[in-house]
Amino acid sequence: MSAHDDMFSAEQSCWFVRKVICWRAAASVAWAVLLLPPITAAFVILSRFNLLHPIQTISECLSLLTSASAVFSLILLCGVILVVGFLNLEYYTVIPTIACSKIALLGQLLHPRQLLNSLVHSIMGMIVAWCCAINIGGRYETLGYPCPQSDGSDGSPQMCLNEYHLALLLAGAFVGFSHSLLGVIHNMNYVSFHTVQQYKYLRFKGSLPLVVKCSATQALYSIRNYIVVYFFLGYIPKAWLCKTLNLDSNSSAHPLDSIAGLLDLTLLYHMWISASFLLFTWHITLLLFRIFVTEVYSFPVQSSFTEDAHQCLSKVLADKQPMILKFLALQDLALLSQHSPSRRGEVFSLSQPGGHPHNWNAISRECLSLLTDLTQRLVIYHDTVATNGRAKSLSTGSERRTSSETSAQRVPLTAPFTPDLDSPFASPALRRLTAPVEQCSPWFGTVQSPHVMRRVPKLWSTSTDSQVNGSPQSSPASVPSPKQEASKPSLLAQFLQNRKEQLPEASSQALFADSQAHIWALEGLSYLVQASFSEDQFGVVQTTLPSILSSMLVLQEAVDRHFKLPHASSKPVRSSGSMGDSTHKTLRFALRATLKTAIYRITTTFGDHLKAIQMSAEHRKRLQQFLEYKE
Amino acid sequence: MCSLALFPPPLPSGQTTLCESNNELLSRTSTEDLHKQESSPLSLYFPRESLKLHSRTESSSKAAFLDHSETLWMRSAAAWRDGGFTGLLNEITNSHAEVPPWLSVSSGCILALLRKVSSFHGSLFPHLTLSSEDMIAEFSQVLNWSDCVVRAFAWHPHTDKFAVALLDDSIKIYNPKSTTTPTLKHRLQRSVAAVQWKPLCASALAVACQNCLLVWHVDPCSLSTRPSSGCAQVLSHPGHSPVTSIAWSPSGSLLVSASPMDTAMMVWDVALESCVPLQRVGGGGVSFLSWSPDGSHVLASTPSALFRVWETRMWTCERWPCVKGRCQSGCWSPDGSRLLFTVQGEMVIYALTFTDAPAGVTTCTSKGPQAAAAVADLSETTFNTPDGDIIVGGEIQSLCWDPTGERLAVLLKGDPQAADRPAIIAVFKTRTSPIFELLPCGFVQGEPGEEPRLMQFHPNFQHGAQLTVCWSSGIITHVPFYFLSAGVPHLGLSGSPSLPRPQARPADFANQSLFTELIS
Repeated sequence: MSAHDDMFSAEQSCWFVRKVICWRAAASVAWAVLLLPPITAAFVILSRFNLLHPIQTISECLSLLTSASAVFSLILLCGVILVVGFLNLEYYTVIPTIACSKIALLGQLLHPRQLLNSLVHSIMGMIVAWCCAINIGGRYETLGYPCPQSDGSDGSPQMCLNEYHLALLLAGAFVGFSHSLLGVIHNMNYVSFHTVQQYKYLRFKGSLPLVVKCSATQALYSIRNYIVVYFFLGYIPKAWLCKTLNLDSNSSAHPLDSIAGLLDLTLLYHMWISASFLLFTWHITLLLFRIFVTEVYSFPVQSSFTEDAHQCLSKVLADKQPMILKFLALQDLALLSQHSPSRRGEVFSLSQPGGHPHNWNAISRECLSLLTDLTQRLVIYHDTVATNGRAKSLSTGSERRTSSETSAQRVPLTAPFTPDLDSPFASPALRRLTAPVEQCSPWFGTVQSPHVMRRVPKLWSTSTDSQVNGSPQSSPASVPSPKQEASKPSLLAQFLQNRKEQLPEASSQALFADSQAHIWALEGLSYLVQASFSEDQFGVVQTTLPSILSSMLVLQEAVDRHFKLPHASSKPVRSSGSMGDSTHKTLRFALRATLKTAIYRITTTFGDHLKAIQMSAEHRKRLQQFLEYKE
Repeated sequence: MCSLALFPPPLPSGQTTLCESNNELLSRTSTEDLHKQESSPLSLYFPRESLKLHSRTESSSKAAFLDHSETLWMRSAAAWRDGGFTGLLNEITNSHAEVPPWLSVSSGCILALLRKVSSFHGSLFPHLTLSSEDMIAEFSQVLNWSDCVVRAFAWHPHTDKFAVALLDDSIKIYNPKSTTTPTLKHRLQRSVAAVQWKPLCASALAVACQNCLLVWHVDPCSLSTRPSSGCAQVLSHPGHSPVTSIAWSPSGSLLVSASPMDTAMMVWDVALESCVPLQRVGGGGVSFLSWSPDGSHVLASTPSALFRVWETRMWTCERWPCVKGRCQSGCWSPDGSRLLFTVQGEMVIYALTFTDAPAGVTTCTSKGPQAAAAVADLSETTFNTPDGDIIVGGEIQSLCWDPTGERLAVLLKGDPQAADRPAIIAVFKTRTSPIFELLPCGFVQGEPGEEPRLMQFHPNFQHGAQLTVCWSSGIITHVPFYFLSAGVPHLGLSGSPSLPRPQARPADFANQSLFTELIS
């Protein structure tokens, strides 16, 4: 735990992470480990299945599964699952990190923390692939085998390199690596909360077919890319291994980095099913982690003991860290305000000596500050865009023309590849090819939109809640300083200028990245206000009703203004075939809808009584629109 | 148990029901009503001839072009695109002259096998063999849907506007306070089975279409009469078509949709455009949905003799197997505690009572009743009218309960072949105390030769209840029921919804029993 905050809040966040989050993560990993043997058995059967001898296959599989090597590989796989579970816990975030430009995305990909993640995933991928090789058996089983042609001229038979084994291991490493890259691009570490509450088992069961489907498709694409890479670069690891391990490459067998070698359908099938197995086990672990972590946690509204006071809803809501705690508290607030009259009663209650509505005050203050915060953010963003928008768009327009010429002259190789950088199916290999060009620029990380500039610390440091999870926080010094390469800076600058602001929606998405919190705050407030009409005996809500209404109306105005900006209301393309959660892309629409519904909920409940509330003429006009259902 | 024999006889031919006042249904003769029809701004008439029906079907344009000989590859690719795997197999089997014989034979075998399997599946769930139009007609709440001029109708839950889906796949929105009537058309808006406005929102209208779900955002202040299709959100999920029923949650946050082809019921977060499939095997699909007004339960009936009641907190369900047929229709009491439903093949209305979990106990499973109680018998009854005997009763097409919970409208199917068995709307008065019972109120009838197809209560009628009926001729009429409701919150607000019911019901049943005892 990084010792940055004051002791008290650190202690508070400790209790939740220690008592709840860690246990939930552990439970999810335990379930993933328990699921591993059946998944492995299914994999073995699928990989060795022979249509002509079904019974023989099954008996073979059974004997294999009970063998020592299979048990050993199972233990290894368990270790991998444990590491994956640990990485999930370490890297997860409830607020997605959204790259506002391709360069920012590249920055994320080349972040040391991410590089470490990719490295670990590659190694784990290789381990899983080794286990797969053991389980498939046959020609994949060992790295070396006695060469057929060297019939013991001297005492020890000459060992040859088993290229099938090597190809499978490298495929595992490649799939692991691309999985971690895709994880960044698709925000796979983002944990979203569902609007529909379901029991954990049912939710797991419901998302299982999706996991199978996207593991299989992702494996297919990864293997396709891998084959391309292996075809071109496969000789490097082969030669290196032969040299270091003193193995012969068997010249009589087909080399695999040839067209004939790679057209071996059995090999392709085995690679694909191994990759699917790998991705499926990891995705299952991720899915279980998401399900367990986002489970509703019921915080007490008030506590009768002072030592538990910091666990109360009102206290927990005010905490800044960890984010997951705040999110779960807001989720609990939204649910209690809808479903639980008794807990609502506690919110509306007065403190026993003194008669102050502490609970309501704390809760409403926290929710209102969230809303005000969002309003301010939107206003600042709008002002920035309004001041720079016109001039900037003119300049980029002219520069785009020149840069397209220059890039065509200078980097003919990368030009066709770069537009695909964020496409889900772009080959990671190509992505790596294009990477150095952009990385070695002196403007790396500086040529960004004003909005991104403000988010720079966030881009380079880790996201907020991962710091709390005890990760080594990358200090600013550890930011990789871009190499100063002075070759043709003007061209590169223009090239980068071309690359910036290529994700026009992204800045809008980034603005609303944590809007799930605001959505819950709006729901919680509006349901509580609605319930207060009949349940609030002491009139505690009445005192804050004007400020609630005015902050909602101000936010409504800001949101309306934001949606008038170009790109803000354009819908993102939905990518369904990935484990990454794309709900963050549409959060702004959800916020807009929830905001309107929340205001309508209050106006329909109170009706014309709202006319007795003190508010500015402008707000009154706006409210009248809502009362007449004209918004 | 109430039965049709207690009802006052139907009106003689030529008389139409006007309204309920002073506890009796008033009628008028059809000759004097023409000017009255026009005086009411919300009564509409859509003549069948005025609708321009498109006769386009997807495959019909093919015949208009000359046969062009393409290569086998091109044809296979086209078949794959148009007809999927079975289309490809069909193409290969049919072009046996060009492909190697083993390929055409094996694809023919696979095709036969697939057909066997699907016919076996279809024999388990016969509705799966229907075409999507027939399926919508079969499971729609609208009587004789395929022949209806008005295919769907929805009042806005808070204001006086409504949406009407017509036979030509357009939707019109009428608002008495505005002169513009926006017409909604969309490429994907075909075979509209249901429309519903989003609660706590002025503009969003969900439309259940043949292949998808559309959510229109119609700005109430806009003067445009043809909102662009950009105003519509398209929500679709593979395998989830045709959509026959939709229901918004009363809090406006979620939308559920059902298709008889899909065993999963979709819960949509419309703004996020994300959906959660709630899959339960058994039943072979979901045909009808109804969300209880308090938001706590959802009725989901299946094409088989089984329906489910979901509780919406943790989305678990209770299974309710029926003896005879599928659950045809259902409706909830305003407080969400009572469900009335009808079963296909039976002439009875059943009631289920749900008691809330005690306050403070967070049990997530709803502990419902053990068996349904029959509350009304609608078996065929013969009435002697001046025009001869009329047989009323039989199977029920749909049920509708008004938002105050005091009038229940039942659309009886009748027999289209027999002239003396008309489709008719029977209206009951409902009483919850001391015991729940239905009391007869009367029949709602239209012009001679018209039959009711679709009905809905106005969600916030100030002076009782108002039933809107869409007739087979394309006329939409409104039948008000004037009564003093015990349950209406006396807020004195215009346009205030019935949704929040803050005051507990006053035990003011004196009025009510006075009314009902007069008749029974």
